[in-house]
Amino acid sequence: MSSVTLKINGQSYSLDAPSDMPLLWALRDKLNLVGTKYSCGIGVCGSCTVLVNGVPMRSCVMPAISMAGMDITTIEGLDPAGQHPVQQAWNEEDVAQCGYCQAGQILTASALLSQNPDPSDEDIDSAMAGVMCRCGTYHRIRKAIKRAAREGGAS
Amino acid sequence: MTDLKPRASMNRRSFLKVSMLASGALIIGCGRVGTTDGASIDAETWVANLYVRINTDGTVTIVSKNPEAGQGVKTAFPMVVAECLDVDWKVVSVEQAPLDDRYGRQVVGGSRGTPDGWDDLRVAGTAARQLLVAAAAEGWGVAADECSTENGMVTHANSGNSARYETLLEAAAQLPVPDIDDLDLKSRPSDFSLLGTFVPGVDNQQIHTGQPLFGCDVRLDSMLYAVFEKCPTFGGKVGDANIEQVRKLPGVTHAFIVEGTDDPRGLQAGVAIVANTWWEANSAREKLRVDWVTDQADSTADYDRQAEALLEEPGDTLRSDGDVDATLAGASKVVEATYYYPFVSHANMEPQNCTAHFHESGRVEFWAPTQNPKSGRSLVAETLGIPEDRVHVNLTRIGGGFGRRLRNDFMAEVAWIAREVGQPVQLQWTREDDMRHDFYRPAGWHHFRAGLDDDGKMIAFDHHFVTFGRDGEPVSGASLSPGHYPAGLVPNFRLRQSLIETNVPTGPWRSPGHSAYCWCYQSFFDEVALATGRDALEFRLDLLSRSYGDTQIDRQRVSDTLKLAAEKAGWGERELGEGRGLGIAFHYDHLGYVSHVAEVVADGSSVKVEKVFSAADVGPILNLSGAKNQVEGCVVDALSTAQLEITFANGAVQQSNFSDYELLRIGQAPEIECHFIQSDHSPTGLGEPPIAPATPAITNAIFGATGTRIRELPFARSGIFV
Repeated sequence: MSSVTLKINGQSYSLDAPSDMPLLWALRDKLNLVGTKYSCGIGVCGSCTVLVNGVPMRSCVMPAISMAGMDITTIEGLDPAGQHPVQQAWNEEDVAQCGYCQAGQILTASALLSQNPDPSDEDIDSAMAGVMCRCGTYHRIRKAIKRAAREGGAS
Repeated sequence: MTDLKPRASMNRRSFLKVSMLASGALIIGCGRVGTTDGASIDAETWVANLYVRINTDGTVTIVSKNPEAGQGVKTAFPMVVAECLDVDWKVVSVEQAPLDDRYGRQVVGGSRGTPDGWDDLRVAGTAARQLLVAAAAEGWGVAADECSTENGMVTHANSGNSARYETLLEAAAQLPVPDIDDLDLKSRPSDFSLLGTFVPGVDNQQIHTGQPLFGCDVRLDSMLYAVFEKCPTFGGKVGDANIEQVRKLPGVTHAFIVEGTDDPRGLQAGVAIVANTWWEANSAREKLRVDWVTDQADSTADYDRQAEALLEEPGDTLRSDGDVDATLAGASKVVEATYYYPFVSHANMEPQNCTAHFHESGRVEFWAPTQNPKSGRSLVAETLGIPEDRVHVNLTRIGGGFGRRLRNDFMAEVAWIAREVGQPVQLQWTREDDMRHDFYRPAGWHHFRAGLDDDGKMIAFDHHFVTFGRDGEPVSGASLSPGHYPAGLVPNFRLRQSLIETNVPTGPWRSPGHSAYCWCYQSFFDEVALATGRDALEFRLDLLSRSYGDTQIDRQRVSDTLKLAAEKAGWGERELGEGRGLGIAFHYDHLGYVSHVAEVVADGSSVKVEKVFSAADVGPILNLSGAKNQVEGCVVDALSTAQLEITFANGAVQQSNFSDYELLRIGQAPEIECHFIQSDHSPTGLGEPPIAPATPAITNAIFGATGTRIRELPFARSGIFV
């Protein structure tokens, strides 16, 4: 067990975790932040995406104790009221089917829009390539990102 | 086939129950007793089926009875009730029902939610509305049929009276419930104001803010986490395991061998490891050493060899119309081809999991992401040897179903573990567990011979299907109806079948069978059309213009979807140019009629599916958003799955994760344009019908763009890459 203090969604959390425990499992099993999802465990599907200093990262392959001092945003912290332009666009386009991968999709899209407020189709496909959706909501993800861009997604 | 009255399944002995809660909320439920409809396998006895609660503050709670796996039922079903109740959607909140026999069938499967629920949901909403109208009319001393309703308000235009529903609850509760035959049910799109519109999902806000909704999100006081190691070879038993060593590892609270049962759909043998966190349980699993006892060695290579030999044999004749051999011998042209598709996995994004608490009282409670909770309850009761009434199942949102969660092996596993542990336990499979212990869509080989006359008409069709069986019967998901088209569309028709024995667990995979068979038929139809220089659309419409006995298909409805998809795609109207192709296909399954036209561009062997034009007839659309979502999702699923395969060696699955079973990424996903023919039939489901014709529309377009006829899946076997 190792002790670490993590800064998540603007709050400080101190916890003891096995030294190899990925951030994903610290979030889910230690901190009860279950919005971040397990799916592949090897960093290829993107369901476990969190923002680390604003950059989308795979929480399933990053040891929690290595994350001290970094600014971590999970889906719970993007905007708890669901008013972020990406969240709103996701609702208006009704993107989700099962919804399981959508935390990773939304966080990745919000990071894209903070870097690139007016992404092209190619920009979107490239930025979103790392997050798999089994239900096939890709068509709407593109539409929702464009809607969020129109309606102020960089905020 | 208009639907002005409830179907026979809702008979005259149906009744309604009304009660007033202490809080003043009016509860209206519709129930069904003594159902006589033997056609329905789920003809349960309904006693008091609660859907609607109208609260004194004017809000309305509508219960959604079926599990939600992304098919949109948790939004669409309450929309039906709200439409018939005539309330503003904004005042409606939706509550997920647990497994409760009073709701009848609670299954995500067979695209049956909509056709099965349509009558009951309309009755629930309409009965409530008519009671409120009667209460208002009585209070005003006017005739009920002179009153109208809108947005939660009853109005009598002649007298100028109006009353909000919430002011009528007590009066309504005193009235006798209307007879089901006296209910005026809305049936057609022209009747609807909410149904048919684009309504976002009721769980969106929780999904977008990461609130706990899914099975794996359940967190209970003093809950432990479990992993379960099973034999990589199906059905293997535990010989020995280093349990004592594993028990001492960090965080581990329990480790034990589970003997398992002989039910391949139930509790398999394995080793359970329980710990304070899932990571600790799974880390301990890496130190686990098990000697497995197994005698199975199924392999894809061996299946291939057997199929090759069987294709040379006549097989068992399942259906024979006319004289196929003589017609083929005399035909002016014979076209012949063999198609092959592999095993595939469901690959739900949420790996299988389940949470259970075996209480000291002997009652066991589940939080289960299952498509079929009732069969899960039976399996648990049988596995633990306890009565079914000791099993309570809460339904969580499901991170993808596609048929995988019609099997409840994960419930049996966690039930066993929870009883052993005596406190709440969450079993979470790894991705590798999920991919290696699925109930796969079986592979298959289809050899076709078509005989054509001088006009290019198909006058004979001979089909040899090599599929998988156990003990001489096709395994789950491996059988083909002898009535499947082109039976009935061709005067001389024969279906022959041969079986390869398999130990691999198989099961329903989105649109079972159809998602594979349709690709073979609709690809071959293009080959037949091409052999005589006929247009692929014209050939299909001509094929559908004649029948020779029962075709199991409404030829007009399916032809209309073909024409609409073709029209929207500009079929025959556009100059496509080099490296661009259009492909068309139709299908009918699960009561739905769908045709697609796919547009593909090619650069050598590299292709891009640019756009798919879809036309569907499933009757009136309930939620336009949900309906389009299912069409879009099916198209992507088809394109994704056509590039995937599960293979076996020495009795075990060779793939393990998304690294070697990689689902479609966003850059490969086409634009999709959906069109609906809102025909005057009862609405039916869309979770499955759009997938089957999507694959052949795409491969037919790939042929147009590249000249490569894909007769084997995945695409890579034909040297095509998306």
